[in-house]
Amino acid sequence: MADSPDFNSLTCPAAPRDYPNIVIAHGGGGRLSAELVEHLFLPAFRNETLEDLGDSAVLHPPPGRVAFSTDSFVVRPLFFPGGCIGDLAVNGTINDIAMSGAMPLYLSAGFILEEGFPMASLVRIAERMAKAAREAGVQIVAGDTKVVERGHGDGCYINTSGFGVLPEGLRIGPAMAQPGDAVLISGTAGDHGMAILSVREGLEFGSLIESDCAPLHTMARRILDATPHVHVLRDPTRGGVASALNEIAAKSNAGIVIDERNLPVQPAVQAACELLGLDPVYVANEGKLLAIVAPEAADAALAAMKAHPLGGNAAILGEVTSRHPGMVLARTAIGGTRVIPMQTGEQLPRIC
Amino acid sequence: MKYLSEFRDGEIARRIAGEIRRITTRHWAIMEVCGGQTHSIIRNGIDQLLPPELELIHGPGCPVCVTPLEVIDKALAIAAQRGVIFCSFGDMLRVPGTGGDLFRVKSEGGDVRVVYSPLDAVNLARANPSKEVVFFGIGFETTAPANAMSVYAAKREGLKNFSILVSHMLVPPAIEAIMTSPGNRIQAFLAAGHVCSVMGYREYLPLAARFRTPIVVTGFEPLDIFEGIRRAVGQLERGEASVENAYTRAVTIDGNLPARKILAEVFEVTDRVWRGIGVLRKSGWRLSAAYRDFDAEVRFAVSNISSRESSLCHSGEVLQGAMKPNQCPAFGKECTPRKPLGATMVSSEGACAAYYNHGRFPAPGMVGNG
Repeated sequence: MADSPDFNSLTCPAAPRDYPNIVIAHGGGGRLSAELVEHLFLPAFRNETLEDLGDSAVLHPPPGRVAFSTDSFVVRPLFFPGGCIGDLAVNGTINDIAMSGAMPLYLSAGFILEEGFPMASLVRIAERMAKAAREAGVQIVAGDTKVVERGHGDGCYINTSGFGVLPEGLRIGPAMAQPGDAVLISGTAGDHGMAILSVREGLEFGSLIESDCAPLHTMARRILDATPHVHVLRDPTRGGVASALNEIAAKSNAGIVIDERNLPVQPAVQAACELLGLDPVYVANEGKLLAIVAPEAADAALAAMKAHPLGGNAAILGEVTSRHPGMVLARTAIGGTRVIPMQTGEQLPRIC
Repeated sequence: MKYLSEFRDGEIARRIAGEIRRITTRHWAIMEVCGGQTHSIIRNGIDQLLPPELELIHGPGCPVCVTPLEVIDKALAIAAQRGVIFCSFGDMLRVPGTGGDLFRVKSEGGDVRVVYSPLDAVNLARANPSKEVVFFGIGFETTAPANAMSVYAAKREGLKNFSILVSHMLVPPAIEAIMTSPGNRIQAFLAAGHVCSVMGYREYLPLAARFRTPIVVTGFEPLDIFEGIRRAVGQLERGEASVENAYTRAVTIDGNLPARKILAEVFEVTDRVWRGIGVLRKSGWRLSAAYRDFDAEVRFAVSNISSRESSLCHSGEVLQGAMKPNQCPAFGKECTPRKPLGATMVSSEGACAAYYNHGRFPAPGMVGNG
C-alpha cells in the first residue's frame, strides 16, 4: 500500500489536487460532484458502460437466471493489514454473488463520505477497488457519491451491489444440506477479524496478521466444476464459521458436527484469540468459503480447493447429520463434545 | 514449548481421566473456584470424561458475576455524566444494572470505552485533560495488580482527572463463607491458578487444615484441570486434607512479590457485598487512605442509588454451588445471554453463560450430563 497516492496514475488529476479534502459540494450534484466522477472515479474504474455517464447503466447480460446482492461496508480502520474498505467492498459483494454459484459480472458503488475526508485516501480506496474489480473480472458500472457534514460519518462508507449469471440447472443453497454430507472449509479461520482487531486500539500481537480479503468466485467455480454434488456454498463473514454453520443447520433442518482439531487456524490468530478470550470459530473471514457436498464428492471438492491459489489450507471439517437438527456440535480435542451456538451480541463491531 | 497445545493433548487427557476413574470409589463433590475453570470444563467437555461419582460444583470466582448490583448502578450513573470517559473491560458492558447496562448508557450518548488494560485508561486521562476518566476496576486478586498500578502511576504523575471505581474481591474469604454455610456439600476445592500466581497459596494452608478440605491450586487448560481433579480425588480417597500445587509453571507459595507489594501499598482490606451472596467480612479491597482521592465513589456523588435485583434470578444459589445453572426455572427462558437477568448469564466466565453457550440444557441432552 503506497503511503502517498499516485495522482499521476489517474488521467487528469487536476481536480482532486485542487481540493486536498472532501467538501460538501463534492456530493451536491454540481460542478465538484462531476469533477470527482470525471477525474477520480471514471479514470479508476474505466469501462464503456461507465463512460456513458447516464443516469443508469444499460447492460447486456448473458441469458440465464441472475443472482443479485448488496452489501454495505463501514469497517474501521479504513486501511488494515491485507486490504482496505475498497477491496473489501468489491470482494464482499463478489463473494455473496459467487456463493449462489453465479459468476459475478457487474457492480455498482455508492460512497458516503464525510466532509474533510482526505482526497488522497479516497484515491487510494478507488485504486484498490479498481484493482480488485480488474483482478476479479467484474466491472463497476454505476456509482453515487454523497457527502455528510463533518462529525456525521466516519470518513468513508461504501455500498456495493451487483449481479452475476447462474449456470443452467444449478441448485445450491443454505437449505440443501443433507445428512451424511461432508463439511469443508477452504482455509484458515479468523484471519480478517483478528487483522482488524490487531490494528485497533493499538493492540499488536508480535507478528502481523493480514486480512484474507479475496474474491472467491473462481474457487467456487472450480468446486462446482469438480463435482455435481455440491449442496451449499457459504462465505463465513461476520459471526465466522460458527454463525454460517448454524444458519445452514437451521435452514436445512439438519445437525452439523465438526471436529475442532480439523479447523485450520494460523498460529498468530490462535495466539491473539487466546489473549483476548475469543474463539476463532466465531471470528470473521473475508476470503474463505464453506462447502457442503455429498460424501462421495468430498475428496474431489477438497482437491479442487487445494488446487486453487487461495485453498492451500483447505480441510474437511466434519459432517451433516440427521441427529440434533438445527444444532451445530464440536468434538473437542480431549474427546468431549460441546454445542456451538449462534453468537449472541456482537463480538467485534465494524469489521466489514 | 508453546504452553498451550501441550496442555490440550487428547491422549494424555484420556489417560489422566482413566486414572481418575480408577481411583474414585465413591461420590465426591469438588468445587472449581474460578469461572475460567468452569468455562474450560464445559467448553472442552471435561466433565463428560469423569466418572459419574464425581460432582463438579461451579464456584463464585467470576469477577463480573459477583460485582454487586449497586456498584454496577454506580457505574451506570457515573458513565452517564457529561464530561466523563468511562473505561471498562468489555465483559462489563452487558451486565444488567437496575435500569439498563453500559451499552444503553453508550447508546444514549455516554462516552463508554472498552479498554484492554487499566493503563490505557491512564493514557486516556493524560490525553484528555478536560475530561474525567474513570476506570471500572473489578475482579479478584488476578486483575488487582494492574488496577493498582494504574492508580499508582496516576498519583505519581499527578493526574487529577483519573479515578477508579473499585470492587475487588478476595478468594479465601469466599472459600470460608462456603465452608461455613449451612448445607455445604463441598469436599474439596480446585483453587484458582491465576489468583495464586499473584498471591501464592500460603493463605490457603489454614483453610485446608481448619475445614479438613483438600485444596489443589489448578490451572485452566484441560490437562491442568484433569490433574487438579486427580490430585483432589487422591487426597479425598486417602482421607488427607492439604494444599497442593498442580500449577507449578505459574504459581509459587509466595506468589508474585512485586505485585503483592504494590497491592499492599494501594489497597486495604474491606468488607464487600458479593452479588447474589451478601456481605462477606474482609472479603475485598478498597483504595487505601493515601489513594482515596482516586476513588470514583468519592469523586462522583453516587451514593443515593436504589438497586433492585430481578426476582426471577437465582444467581446467588448458582454462585454458591447450591444450584446448577440449568436447574434455575428462568434458565434459557426468561434468562438468556441475549437478555440476561443476572451477571452469571453475561460474563464469558459466568456459569450460566457457560451452560447456555455450550448447550447444557436440562432437556434430555445429546451432549453432556450438566
